[in-house]
Amino acid sequence: MPGQDIALMAHLLRRAGFGASRSEIEDKAAEGYEATVEDMLNPSAQPMIDEDLMLRYHPTYNHAGAIEINTQNWVYRMINSPRQLQEKMSLFWHMIFCAGHSKIDSGEEMGRMISMFRDNGMGNFRDLLYKLSTNPGMMYYLDNSESHKTNLNENYGRELLELFSLGVGKDEAFNYSEDDVKACAHAFTGWNVAPAYPPFPYGRSPWQFRFDPTDHDDEEKTFLGETGRWNGDDIIDIVCKQPGTARFISRHLYNYFVADEVPVPSWRQTPPKDGDLISELERVYFDSGYDITEMLRTLFNSDGFKNAQFAKVKNPAEMVVGTMRLVGEHRDEIKPGLFEISQEPKYMGMDLMNPPTVEGWHTGHEWIDSGTLVERINFAADYLGKTDLSGVQTMITNLMGQGSSLTPEQFVDGCIDQVGCLNITADTKQELLTHANRDGNLTHSSDAEKGEFARRSGEMFQMLAATSEYQFG
Amino acid sequence: MVSTNKENILAVLSLSGGNDGLNTVIPFNEGLYRDYRPTLSIPENQIIPLNDQIGLHPTMAPLKRFWDEGKLAIFLGIGYPNPSYSHFRSMDIWHTCEPDKVGTEGWLGQVIKDIDPNSENVLTGVNFGRGLPRALAKEGVPVASVGDLETYGLLTGIDGDAQRSQALDVFGRMYGPTIGSGYTMDYIRRTGTDALKGADILATAPDKYSSTVEYSATAIGQYMKNIAQTHLAEFGTRVLFTTSPYNGFDTHANQASDHARLWTDVSRTVENFMDDLREHDASDNVMLFMHSEFGRRIADNGSGTDHGAGSVAFMVGEHVKGGIYGDYPSLESGEQEEGGNLKSLMDFRSVYTTIVDDWMHLDAKQIVGGSYEKIPFL
Repeated sequence: MPGQDIALMAHLLRRAGFGASRSEIEDKAAEGYEATVEDMLNPSAQPMIDEDLMLRYHPTYNHAGAIEINTQNWVYRMINSPRQLQEKMSLFWHMIFCAGHSKIDSGEEMGRMISMFRDNGMGNFRDLLYKLSTNPGMMYYLDNSESHKTNLNENYGRELLELFSLGVGKDEAFNYSEDDVKACAHAFTGWNVAPAYPPFPYGRSPWQFRFDPTDHDDEEKTFLGETGRWNGDDIIDIVCKQPGTARFISRHLYNYFVADEVPVPSWRQTPPKDGDLISELERVYFDSGYDITEMLRTLFNSDGFKNAQFAKVKNPAEMVVGTMRLVGEHRDEIKPGLFEISQEPKYMGMDLMNPPTVEGWHTGHEWIDSGTLVERINFAADYLGKTDLSGVQTMITNLMGQGSSLTPEQFVDGCIDQVGCLNITADTKQELLTHANRDGNLTHSSDAEKGEFARRSGEMFQMLAATSEYQFG
Repeated sequence: MVSTNKENILAVLSLSGGNDGLNTVIPFNEGLYRDYRPTLSIPENQIIPLNDQIGLHPTMAPLKRFWDEGKLAIFLGIGYPNPSYSHFRSMDIWHTCEPDKVGTEGWLGQVIKDIDPNSENVLTGVNFGRGLPRALAKEGVPVASVGDLETYGLLTGIDGDAQRSQALDVFGRMYGPTIGSGYTMDYIRRTGTDALKGADILATAPDKYSSTVEYSATAIGQYMKNIAQTHLAEFGTRVLFTTSPYNGFDTHANQASDHARLWTDVSRTVENFMDDLREHDASDNVMLFMHSEFGRRIADNGSGTDHGAGSVAFMVGEHVKGGIYGDYPSLESGEQEEGGNLKSLMDFRSVYTTIVDDWMHLDAKQIVGGSYEKIPFL
């Protein structure tokens, strides 16, 4: 059985990042859990991704208009960024602050929105909401650019409260009224997008946020019981100090990092799975002045987090990127084929930068249907069976290092351990063992034996990638 | 009347990118057509006339055959109010019947659900192509999405038939029922068992199939062949869906050659498809619907056309009453959709209503989200 510290480190790197190769897990485990958490919480202590190298080989990433290039750029960063938690948090916010290419129709704006999450996603929640409310893509996506002093559009005003901060309710109470929605929308009038330059003949230019004071409703408003001539930033201040906001963000962090929760619309009636941890996160939210990194520090060091290994269904980005990082493909080398990899999450039901609605993707077991499961299994099994990939070779070498002859049981246990300390149920393990027993013990003293050892390892890795257990992260 | 001895089947070929309706079904007697299309208008002597007003693009001769047989319905000015000019959004509207809010469930997903409420047949709906189109998405409705029928299956990356069949054997047992592993694990294993069942059945389709028809080697040709193979294998599949290569019809530039190449392929493929089914005496209960997410701008831009609104759609089938349905939207500047586009005079949900009510024999109202006047093509 794997050492507890290896399994725990694998868990941390899967959740706070997109997983890691076996040797990375061992290195980090040697550094220690708390130290690794601190490293991940301080992205600036890690090197930046080699942007110059990336642009050297992918010049099209620069101001790319096409959505496919922007998703490819992002997937490249997920696989390669040393600042793993930063990318993981970009995805976190993208899954909550949903805006999609289906309406925005500009890959560059989607890319800029994700960059904004990357730059601000681990900072102060108030600053992040302000950045979000001044993001031209978001203002357009939720029709705030169509909301005027004389002709109100409530879309952004409503979603800011319902989906981006307070949530509908907490402990069965409601967090805001329809009048609050209207007041919020009135406060955000004038927050819109500057008229675009015509795209011809030089192509599109990036969108710009613009506050138009002449289109802003400067009258007195009452919002969540407070009365004043509120502007959008006042609304954000009021929103951030609500207990509902603390609860909402805490539950989202829990759902994303710890264990699958019920869908968001049920949160008002359904108490959190781990009430103590949620209360603790809420406390840190206020004590730290809305500091997201402080909340993450508490979360990763909590027992609730450490004990939640494999309590989540991997989302498609985690499935694709995690498998790439495990097998060492498209890592530290730039080569063709990344486009296809970046499309894989879409085949598995997660069209990055294009969530189905402002409510985002349904997560947990809803990632899985008969079509997406086939995609997930075949993708992971294909890559884990490629015994020439560096990550897979390391796994085989490690297996051989366990002894000059492995019994089928040692072999199966070793493979489960190498593929990421999987939590394999007894019945699944029995099937794998029955299979391994057919060909008996494994040795590797001659080249022929080494070849057979590698073949059987690749096959066992593929079968593990096909298990229901591999769907959990 | 519709035959009742076999269940009716709907095949859909979605033309991705926004097909230029104006150069597909051409109002050749309309003088404004040539005024607006200085570069791209089709010379009158090349147009295949259907009557004294309207004709088909020169590449569409194979489709004309079905017109002559009285089995091709053409829908003019089809679309929906307040057009979206975004590919994704507009295709979503066609797929979900939700023009005002963003919908997540597809109309065909609901059709499949109504046909097979307990998912007894995992192949009631099958999509050809990677990833599930929104039209077929519905929670709890299993739909196989087949990238390539010849190689479709689980664990396709395992080399060697013997090895793979052993691995699939292990897979089948690993996904067997489990006790006490929790809802999600049970659900995943049940889904895996369904997927394996579906893949096992689908894998037999190419072997069962033989035909004198040779489809083109293009994606459209091969996917329509896969649809024919699946239909002919009699798995009980009722809804078959495929999409032409992503955004292929988005002819902002180079339209003259691209549009001709695409319609050569589509027309020939439809002819192949119908011939194939007829050769196997299996065309009687099949209807093929072709649509795009929008049409294109009335005026050309010198090399292509930009995103538009109202367009054309087609239905081919033995029981289809051939003919032209709807009026050609006016090209007069005062009559155009804002932005220089053709108006949508016929709501696509009218065609869906006829399909659902009179072909699939289900209740359309709930599926398309309201009551729409039927189009009498059946």
